[in-house]
Amino acid sequence: MPTRRAKIPATRYPVERFTLDNGLRVVLTPDRSAPVIGVAVVYDVGIRSEPEGRTGFAHLFEHLMFQGSENLEKLAHFRHVQGAGGTFNGSTHLDYTDYYETLPSNALERALFLEADRMRGPRLTEENLRNQVDVVKEEIRVNVLNRPYGGFPWLTLPPVMFDTFPNAHDGYGSFDDLESATVVDAADFFRRYYASGNAVLAVSGDIDVAGAAELIERHFGDVPARPAPERPSFDEPDLTAERRTSYTDALAPLPAVASAWRVPDPVGDFAGYLPYVVLAEVLTDGDASRLVERLVLRDRTVTSVGGYLSFMGDPFDVRDPTALLLQAHLPPGGDVDKVLRTVDEELDRLATDGLADGELARTQARMATHLLRDTDAVLGRALRMAVLEQQRGEPGLLNELPRLVGEVTEEAVQAAAATLRPERRASIEVIAGGAR
Amino acid sequence: MTTVAPTAPRTLPPLGPTRKLKLPKQAERTLGNGLTVIAVRRPAVPLVELRLWMPFGRVHLARGAMLAQTLLSGTETMTAVQIAAELQKVGGGLSAGIDPDRLMLSGAGLVTGLDRTLEILADVLTGATYPADDVATERDRLIDRIQVAQSQPAHLARTALLKRIYGKHPYAVQTPDPEQVGAVRPGVLRTLHAQRVHPADAVLVLVGDVQPDRALDAAEKALAGWNGAGHVAELPPTPPLEPGPLLLVDRPGSVQSSLRVALPAVPRTHPDHAALQLANLIFGGYFSSRWVENIREDKGYTYGPHSLVEHSVAGSVLVAAAEVATEVTGPALLETTYELGRLASVPPKAEELEQARQYALGTLQLGMSTQAGLASLTSAYAGSGLRLDFLAEHAARLAKATVADVAEAAARYLAPARGVMVVLGDAERVAPQLEALTPIVTEPGGQ
Repeated sequence: MPTRRAKIPATRYPVERFTLDNGLRVVLTPDRSAPVIGVAVVYDVGIRSEPEGRTGFAHLFEHLMFQGSENLEKLAHFRHVQGAGGTFNGSTHLDYTDYYETLPSNALERALFLEADRMRGPRLTEENLRNQVDVVKEEIRVNVLNRPYGGFPWLTLPPVMFDTFPNAHDGYGSFDDLESATVVDAADFFRRYYASGNAVLAVSGDIDVAGAAELIERHFGDVPARPAPERPSFDEPDLTAERRTSYTDALAPLPAVASAWRVPDPVGDFAGYLPYVVLAEVLTDGDASRLVERLVLRDRTVTSVGGYLSFMGDPFDVRDPTALLLQAHLPPGGDVDKVLRTVDEELDRLATDGLADGELARTQARMATHLLRDTDAVLGRALRMAVLEQQRGEPGLLNELPRLVGEVTEEAVQAAAATLRPERRASIEVIAGGAR
Repeated sequence: MTTVAPTAPRTLPPLGPTRKLKLPKQAERTLGNGLTVIAVRRPAVPLVELRLWMPFGRVHLARGAMLAQTLLSGTETMTAVQIAAELQKVGGGLSAGIDPDRLMLSGAGLVTGLDRTLEILADVLTGATYPADDVATERDRLIDRIQVAQSQPAHLARTALLKRIYGKHPYAVQTPDPEQVGAVRPGVLRTLHAQRVHPADAVLVLVGDVQPDRALDAAEKALAGWNGAGHVAELPPTPPLEPGPLLLVDRPGSVQSSLRVALPAVPRTHPDHAALQLANLIFGGYFSSRWVENIREDKGYTYGPHSLVEHSVAGSVLVAAAEVATEVTGPALLETTYELGRLASVPPKAEELEQARQYALGTLQLGMSTQAGLASLTSAYAGSGLRLDFLAEHAARLAKATVADVAEAAARYLAPARGVMVVLGDAERVAPQLEALTPIVTEPGGQ
């Protein structure tokens, strides 16, 4: 009995794009439904671009961008954003670094001033550098060293899958490298990567387009023009033989495993990439997904399983090379080999027999909800559109994603599943050193 | 050394005029079976958010946790997989969660699927069957999850703090014992469901791209038949904090110490609440606070210190939390009690208050600007018997709190002498540091 498809709805956020004389690209997406705005500045530099011997530098530098700038003392940025009723943050990804605020809309000009000021130049001092090295070390202790499964698998799997420094190294950084970082390194990094021509500014929410454009010209117009550096290719050949390693996590009470397979170029071959995004959800979204039903509910060989695209879980914000990942936690004494064999079996079954009636449509409907929900927050829209502009020149793609995901065919998902062969797989196993 | 070129200084632009807090369109109805339904309109994206808050105090810990874990595992007509698949068809999903106050079902889906989602919700509420196989699977999964939680320092510190501050109150222990989880059988869950999963005093919140009256009608149509003659258990009020020696819980080899300070607080409706919220912000409740600027931005002891007023049905408490490097645990405690004591003893500066006030008012606007934010806020308010219009009242109180009000609240609630302190860390290394500052008692780690 054929199932009726839920109609996939779309958003119609308007998009205005322009480029300032200094090369700064701007995206505006107005929405007057609530008196709030999102402001995002995205620089085209991330973990993959940091120099050898300076692991963790892109992230450390992100911290330094909050330590004062041309006209702002240390602490001023935080106080000005929060004192306007807003919140702020920044984050470092493989291919970009973002800085953002969300505020009541009466603070638009203030937010633009703050971002323009640090685009002209952060205050890079020895004292601030040493202070932020300490803070970053505590961040790494909280998120990696002092907890079970720290960095699993986003830091532990890339060195299994990849051979070159940009793709394989630890993006949080070693304490040695962090401690050796200098103010000169930071100044060089800023000059090279934090160029107006290497940045995108996006503003979303309760704005008037003409008024916002004028304010942007006023504050960013005289940021000195510097061109974007050439971005090297970080491509590596695909795996031809299975790779697998393991390590003991002294704090982990349960075994775990994560596997990754290379996928098509998310930017250069978007049509080839999308079926993998859908496949990850067919495999792992909820109790009615293939692997949850089989591994968790039927076989009980895992206690949880998840699947997603890209090591940081940001499928539409990543460039080539990247991967589809599956990760599972096992019950005490669980058998990782058996889990991997069952995953292979399920992938084979999907590749050979295709999908059940309605299976794809319901997965796509659920994906539409997730995509729409993420764009409801004004800041989410600014961030996603800024990266889509930076990596694709196409911020309006945000409106199209639910529909494009909904147009992926069963044949395409089946073909994607067929490529996830054991010989193209890189896996890492966590041995439970903390099991009782 | 600096990259900055010398230019004339630029000045910070002023803020534009403040937009007044505007409440969204909403409607409310209490059904014949006692269920309160609140619908709020925010049409931004074609979705509806759902939160069903059911009072669930004084429930056997392991049984309650297992009920939440298996509530969606099957009905008379559907298996767990079918429930998930049927919800997915309309872009939906439901999940169940529990705390000492309530059982909560939450989810979001396409607005076109609202009727179907409510139908499935009703089926679960009136006919969850707790199939033996699923209960067995979920028992093991819950035990696994508890084990993972118990390997995390934040969880262990929280567990020790709750036990220390709540004593014999039902809030004292919030994680079930794995052995007790292992003993839960389907029959017990069916009985618990019959006793406690009922509409009286429950609140369903629907927020999204739907006319409130239409959402209320849909909820009434689907849920009017939900009934049950169960009972509601009253929670006793939480006991007052009893300051005493700092409790040091040993976690050998820990590279950080989890520092927690609990302080007295008041419910949202208390006349001191707005001033306390502002005092908490000035102390450690946001990034531009004294505590964060001190122990992170000046000293580099920690990454994400924060303090928060936590509201529960039976009482409120202020908790300050920081993960600090083992070797600076003593100094971090010293700065923490210094900043608390300074605010409790000396009035804050007017500009500090202004900044905190703007933050509190602005983040109210931000919290209301998404469907999910509105749904969670409406549900949390409803759980304390409040409605969204309380936002306007609260905003007015924030707007008029004076330096004297905030100083008085700080003296009353933030004084370190009134605090309960717990540190989880490597006792051998941190005990000498802490003993230099305050009396301590040390307790072995584990559960």
